[in-house]
Formats: sequence, C-alpha cells, structure tokens
Amino acid sequence: MGKNLFQKVWEAHTVRTLAGGQSQIFIGLHLLHEVTSPQAFGMLKDLGLKVARPDRTFATVDHIVPTDTRLRPFKDSLAEGMIVALEQACTEHGIRFFDVKSGHQGIVHVIGPELGLTQPGMTIACGDSHTSTHGAFGAIAFGIGTTQVRDVLATQTMTLAPLKVRRIEVSGRLRPGVYAKDVILHVIRTLGVNGGTGYAYEYAGDAVSALSMEERMTLCNMSIEGGARVGYVNPDEKTFEYLKGRELAPKGEAWERAVAYWRSVASDSDASYDDVVRFDAASIAPTVTWGINPGQAISIEEKVPRVEDGPTAAEQASIKEALDYMQLEAGAPIAGVPVNVAFIGSCTNGRLSDFREVARHIKGRKVAAGVRALAVPGSMDVARAAEAEGLDQVFRDAGWEWRQPGCSMCLAMNPDRLIGRELCASSSNRNFKGRQGSPTGRTILMSPVMVAAAAVSGKIADARVVFKA
Amino acid sequence: MALDKISKIQGTALYVPGNDIDTDRIIPARFMKCVTFDGLGAYLFHDVRFEEDGTKKAHPLNDPKFAKASILISNANFGCGSSREHAPQALSKYRFRAVIAESFAEIFFGNSTTLGMPCVSVSHDDILKLTSVVESQPDTEVTIDLVAGTVTAGNVSVPCSIKPGARDALVNGLWDPIAQLLDGAEQTKAVAAKLPYLAF
Repeated sequence: MGKNLFQKVWEAHTVRTLAGGQSQIFIGLHLLHEVTSPQAFGMLKDLGLKVARPDRTFATVDHIVPTDTRLRPFKDSLAEGMIVALEQACTEHGIRFFDVKSGHQGIVHVIGPELGLTQPGMTIACGDSHTSTHGAFGAIAFGIGTTQVRDVLATQTMTLAPLKVRRIEVSGRLRPGVYAKDVILHVIRTLGVNGGTGYAYEYAGDAVSALSMEERMTLCNMSIEGGARVGYVNPDEKTFEYLKGRELAPKGEAWERAVAYWRSVASDSDASYDDVVRFDAASIAPTVTWGINPGQAISIEEKVPRVEDGPTAAEQASIKEALDYMQLEAGAPIAGVPVNVAFIGSCTNGRLSDFREVARHIKGRKVAAGVRALAVPGSMDVARAAEAEGLDQVFRDAGWEWRQPGCSMCLAMNPDRLIGRELCASSSNRNFKGRQGSPTGRTILMSPVMVAAAAVSGKIADARVVFKA
Repeated sequence: MALDKISKIQGTALYVPGNDIDTDRIIPARFMKCVTFDGLGAYLFHDVRFEEDGTKKAHPLNDPKFAKASILISNANFGCGSSREHAPQALSKYRFRAVIAESFAEIFFGNSTTLGMPCVSVSHDDILKLTSVVESQPDTEVTIDLVAGTVTAGNVSVPCSIKPGARDALVNGLWDPIAQLLDGAEQTKAVAAKLPYLAF
C-alpha cells in the first residue's frame, strides 16, 4: 500500500512523539506578519531564547498597511507601532523582512509562492489560518497561534496531532464562468464549515489538475473555512513550471535535485485515505454566500433559504440569525440583492490572474452609480505585473479604485472598511458578522468575476448573463 | 518554570448560545492592533455586547447574574475562523478558565490548550441539561473533571471528552510545550539534516 503526500511529509518532519501522543514536527518554512508575530518575540525575550533558524524565517507586512498612501509613519499610531515592533524584531534576530522598501511586500500567502519560498514537500507554518494556501504546491501548510509562533521561532518545531486525510476528487470539466472560488464554496457548502475538522484535504481529480497554480491557491486557501487546517494539491509539471526561475527557488544543479524530491512526495497511486468525497465539476455553478459563514452558500440561480428549510432546530436558529443579520428576504432569489461596495483582492483572489480575468470582462463597463469598487493587488509584484499590462488603467477607466497591496477590506484592520450596514460583494474568504470592519456590515463572498458583475449591475448578478457578448 | 497541573476546573458558568461562533465574533479584528495581549479582555465579544454608541446590548456577559462566571458554555464549532490567539487570550484575560461546547475548531482548540484553558466537548443534549441548570441557578458551581471525564453542575453530571494528548498535557502540567520542544534539540537537528530541501 502506497502513501499519500500528507503521510510522506509528516513522516519526514516528525522529530519525536511527545508524552500524550502529540508529535514534535519540524517546520521547514516559517512566515511572519505584523498582527500575530510581534507578541511572540516578546515571549521569546521573557524566556531568554533566540530564533533557532532565522534562515528559514521570513516576514512581511500585510494586515494593517493602508492601501492609499504608505508614507511612514502611518496615521494610525497603533498600526505604526505594530510595524515598528516587527521591524525591530527582524533586525535583532537577522530575519529577512519583505517590507515596502524591499519591493516585494504583500500578503504573506501571495509573496511566499511568488518569491519561490513555498515549495512542495515542505512543512509551512504562519500565524494565519489561510496558510493552507501554500498547500497548492504540495506543502503541508497550516495556521498557528502566537504561542506556537514562539515555539517555532525558538525551536523550528511545534507540537501537532496527526491529521486524517480526506481526498476531495473533482471530476470532469468546470463550466464556463465557473472558477476555483466556486469549487471551494461548493465544497464547503456541501461538507459544512466544520466538516474538515481533524482532516487535511487533498484536492484531486481532473478538474483540479486543470487548474492553474493561482487557482489551486484559491482552492487551498479556503480549506480552513471548511474546518480543514490543511489543504493541498499534489505537485505536478505545472507546479515545477511555476517555481522555475523564481527569486528564491532552487537554481542550477539544485533545481534537478529539487524536482526529484518534489516528485517523490506526491501521493502514490495506491495511497490510502481516511475518506474520499467525489464531486462532478459540471454540476458546480457560480456560487455566492447568503449568510454569516462560508458554508451558508447557494448557486447564483438559487433562492435564499427559509428558516423552515433547516433540518434541525439548531440549523433553523442559524438560518434565522443569518437572515436577520444579512437583512435578506427568505425564499427570494439572491440575484438582485443591491450592493454598496465591491472588493477584489485578498489572499484568496488577489493575484495577477484574478485581475486579468476581471479586466477582460469589465473593459468598457462602468461601475454602477452609488457603488464603491476597490481593486487591491495582493503584492507589490502583482501590482507591478498588472500595471505593466495596463490592467490598472482598465480598472480605473471602469470606475474602480486601484489600490496598493495589502489585506485591505478582507478584514479591515487598515482604513479600508464598510460603513454601517453596507453590503459588500467580496472576493475574500470570510463573511462573518462584522468581518469587513463595520459591526453591522454585510459580506457576500464570490469569485472576482462575480464581484465585477455585481459592481457593474449594482446588485448580485450572474456574471455569465451580465458579461454575455 | 513548573506549570500548574490542570485536572479540575471549578466555577460558575454562563451560556453563549449558537453554532459556529467565530473568532471575529469573539474578538473583532480592529481590536488586534496591539503588540501585547494585555487588555484584550475588555473587547471580548465586543460587537455582540455593545451598540456602536457603547450602550450595552442584551448579552450573557452583560447580565449581572453571571458577573462572576469563569466557565463559558456554547454550542458546535466554537472558535471557527482565524488562527488569532487573541480569541482565547481575550477569553482568558476576561476571566474564563475553560470552555464547554459541543465541538471546537481545531486551531482555537490548540491555542486554548497551550494557554492552559481546557476546551471540553459535551453532546448537544447534555449542553442543554447543563445550561438549564446554569440559567435557572446562576450561582451553581460547575466542575469540569478532566481525569474522570465529567462536567457536574448541581445534581446534573454529564460525560465530557477532550483529545487525549491535550488532556494529558493539561493534567501533567505540560500544556506549554516549550520545555519539551527545547529538549528535542538534538533530534531536531538530525531530522533537519535529512530534509533534502534545506540543502537546495
């Protein structure tokens, strides 16, 4: 019996089994950002410890950076303080810091892959739940808390209980206008927001193989929204092609050795799984959320559920709570719900291919009156590449604000936020209550092209219809 | 530094009902602009406790009957969403010493254990039994016994579960793993030496 990728990587990185059955796991790549990491350096100092492997540790700033002007000091003194704390820690411990001056600043899950830091067969940890994104390369990548950031800084290891592996097989071809975002929203809708607890998700099948690396990142990114801390795709030629020539990817003679290792970590054809779930790609439609968690999703052709549609009292209570918060009419179509804000960006959908795909559709189409539309590149590299192609001008001409890189309105720790009960069509990953910065603000998650359709229509709309011909 | 051996938690409890209570609800992101966790307790459940003008909403944390509660009871998938340790830190800084729920999101569970704040799972029906006691008699002392695997509230006693690794770590005073991890330094080097990509 063969092994799956998770088992191979887990075994190669297991240091030892600790009392109680937890494993001590070596972390191959540790990524830091300003929100969850500065406190860990304080803890390290209190214990009189140093960073064990500064050569395997990299930092950037993303959550709190403004996307209009990035002149320092920031107007927000708390945000400035967080950046200063991370700067000082990186200097003191000799950690490479991809700040604005480096020219490579961006969302940590965008810059890791584009710099070639993220590679197959690694364990990758970061104080951020969307670290699962890096699984697109066949890495075992997961979010950790700040005390665990301390553990990894001090020892390059952490404790972790082994995960089960569920293979999610998506067969066939996606229909036109259906994207990786729709696939993952459909998976979460089907398996539930806690369906993946205790599991790593291995995404496979011909529909997954057909996805580009950037689309695979979108898919793996939202694994955690389905409760799975880890999500991955087996590395293949596309993976190697993407990494070739990247600044920090292996080069020369090391490249061949690297590819050989990367091939060896892929799941064996006779690997066993704890569970297998199959989806038919052709049955997936453009999908949007209607509620207050990413599992509360429907296709654009469906109607908002009624309270009585919930099979249990608990689910009925969840539907009622979501309908009350979202102020949506039960039983009415989701298409047609008016939007105030359109946001394209985030670690889920803030990459070059996202902006290219949207630009293709919005040429000559203006944002509807009264809608505020923001396009926020995921990194300085994404911004540069998009601007070199003139995409920024396409967005501006269509009435969008073309911003500077950061997490921005995905979680609104910077000045980009919803006001009052505004409703946002968003390419981000969470529609929790208050997520986009206003305690009463509302979020509907969807693919970037669906966000664009909402922006030009002024309401939730089927992009396949809006952009037809 | 020897850690407390946590095998029993006793205190009064309050019930925050709902499935899928996420970490943004527990601590909204805008309160994470800090370089220390001190002071986070004030913002626990902020947006469901306070109107935007600061007036209090009806919420168990605002109810004087539960002013001393140190155990929080909730429903399924508690703590889903972000990996922010700010969520269990806010609970712990507020006063909570344990959480009882039907189930927990994985990262939240791990973060809480590492702070020495046990998260124990109890079935849906048993949560209702516990909350009926707690809500009718807020002064009832609730006891979580990690060794016996029970939660007791007055005359009601129900089974609870927790991952064996977490239970052992708490009971044996090893919930902060740093000392054990540092002890493994030699083995860590040996594992690193065998990983091909560290030499690419």
